[in-house]
Amino acid sequence: MDQEIILKKEGQGLAFLKPLVAKFTSKFQKGDIISSLKKTGITIVSILLFLGLWHLGSKALYNKEAAYKIEKALTEQGQAAADAERACIASGDSSCQPNTLPSPAQVWSSLQSLIADHKVITADKAAFVEKMAETNAKLVAEGKDAIVYTGRASFVDIVLTSIKTVFAGFLLALLIAVPIGIIIGLSPSLRSAFNWFIQVFKPVSPVVWYLLVFMIVKTLYIGDSSDNAFVISFISVGLCAMWATLVNTAMGVSSVDKDYINVAKVLKLGTFQKVFKVILPSSLPLIFTGLRITLSVAWMVLIAIELLAQSQGLGLFVWEEFQNGANDSNAKIIVAMFIIGIIGFLLDRLMLTVQNMVSFNKNEGV
Amino acid sequence: MSTATIAQSTTENGIVFPSKVMLDLSKLKKVYPTPKGDYVVLEDLNLQIMKEEFVTIIGHSGCGKTTMLSMIAGLNPISGGNIAVLGNPVKGPGPDRGVIFQSPSLMPWMTALENVLLGVNQVFPHATKSQRKDIAKYYLHKVGLDGAFNKKAMELSQGMQQRVGIARAFAIKPKVLLLDEPFGMLDSLTRGELQDILIEIWNKEKITAVMITHDVDEAIFLADRVVMMTSGPRAKIGDILDIEFERPRTRKSVLEHDDYYTYRKHLIDFLEH
Repeated sequence: MDQEIILKKEGQGLAFLKPLVAKFTSKFQKGDIISSLKKTGITIVSILLFLGLWHLGSKALYNKEAAYKIEKALTEQGQAAADAERACIASGDSSCQPNTLPSPAQVWSSLQSLIADHKVITADKAAFVEKMAETNAKLVAEGKDAIVYTGRASFVDIVLTSIKTVFAGFLLALLIAVPIGIIIGLSPSLRSAFNWFIQVFKPVSPVVWYLLVFMIVKTLYIGDSSDNAFVISFISVGLCAMWATLVNTAMGVSSVDKDYINVAKVLKLGTFQKVFKVILPSSLPLIFTGLRITLSVAWMVLIAIELLAQSQGLGLFVWEEFQNGANDSNAKIIVAMFIIGIIGFLLDRLMLTVQNMVSFNKNEGV
Repeated sequence: MSTATIAQSTTENGIVFPSKVMLDLSKLKKVYPTPKGDYVVLEDLNLQIMKEEFVTIIGHSGCGKTTMLSMIAGLNPISGGNIAVLGNPVKGPGPDRGVIFQSPSLMPWMTALENVLLGVNQVFPHATKSQRKDIAKYYLHKVGLDGAFNKKAMELSQGMQQRVGIARAFAIKPKVLLLDEPFGMLDSLTRGELQDILIEIWNKEKITAVMITHDVDEAIFLADRVVMMTSGPRAKIGDILDIEFERPRTRKSVLEHDDYYTYRKHLIDFLEH
């Protein structure tokens, strides 16, 4: 089922790629299918090349660490221990495997095991809900809180938490940055008043934003035992990521084509009409460029912030696996890395599609 | 009484009847401050344009024609002198002076109809929605855009966009129409088409028009008077030529008229001087 979810996600991704692909391919003649095949071929070859290099690299690292382990056993405990170590490594026993960069095959099997794990947890959850159904109905009838499943989160749950956090943060960034951007874009004096503020806070690191938000939210939630990790992480993500939108919106609004402004002046449009009928539509493409950057920044800082906030997302997953140091931990980290990369890519495509929909000067620009 | 005779009587007798003056530029001056001192673009420029008159302005690039027009439109502040419309001094832009810009300047995200409505809604706030739509549609029909009401401006060709620009300007029923080389960016075939459309609507509406052009033939074909400006700096009116062709005119009749080449020679002599 989880596999289906992932596949579906990719299907959606490809679906919104379709218009782009069509746009791209429509430029070619029909006879040029060969050239597009060539392109696909090149992509496949480059992926294979990448996997091959990765495989060789991880093998070299594995051998280096294995050789060191045997050498160490030899110098510290003698020939017998070294032979035992060699035999142990060769047998593939997990207790003595070198713990280094995992090979593509290991990562693939880790992905499988994470999916299997997800199935187990989902089944557990369903069983729990069924088992507690009667008790919970009674509890609710008595006006008490139902007992919910509090077991370990599965990998899919973790990914969903991360996506939820990033969208909440993105929404917050949008709600803060777009209105403020419009206002300071409209007034040159406000723009110079805000400029130092933007210049000073824009380069602040995600970690510091997290600490700032933590200080405030901690106090706001004082005496409340509920988990505020999600709140802290999405606010931090939003604050980190909003600057691109703020700057782009202000720039878009302040640099509307002079011709449009002249038309608005000649027609004596009121302020409201001028803003909503002329200035905003004409700055939409830049606003969406900003939002696209914001979303990709949000996804990038999310990992670090989830780690700090102990929010059950990919960031914490990666960190816990690293601390865990189990035999397949490294492979799981690489799985998470690919999932992060792919989701980031899909989010960017999503924004690009929206951006293309609102931009009106397709024919002029790019 | 045709507009040509008004213009004629004015210049022949040297007497101006104030009631017939639509646009009055007196001692107009424009100065741009530069680090090396003031740059005087226009100085002591006097021009009176009558009601229902079509005036074209011709002159070398950079002589200040566009500056003058944007001052009349109220988009560019006046450094000295006066501009008055029906005796009221110009204090800023307003819909009593419609402008057709060199680039069509349509809002690319709006349809042709919405672009025209933008102005119509502003000028006829008390009309019903359908009345305003009818006005916009009427002028779009007049410029030959019947099939393109709901096309986005960005989907229209340059020539069609400028047609919408013409419709937008006429639809707000201005007292004065200001045209800043409206056909300068078009190919000669499209330019001819649009000149015909412009003059056809103008014949019906008779809105006082001031048009800048670089094209001598266009200047003669459209105008009651051609105003020649001297080269800047300190540009002023160099000469004024009355075009005494009967209206309505056709391109053919104008080209075949005996005076056509006399007028043409007069203008070219001035420009090459």
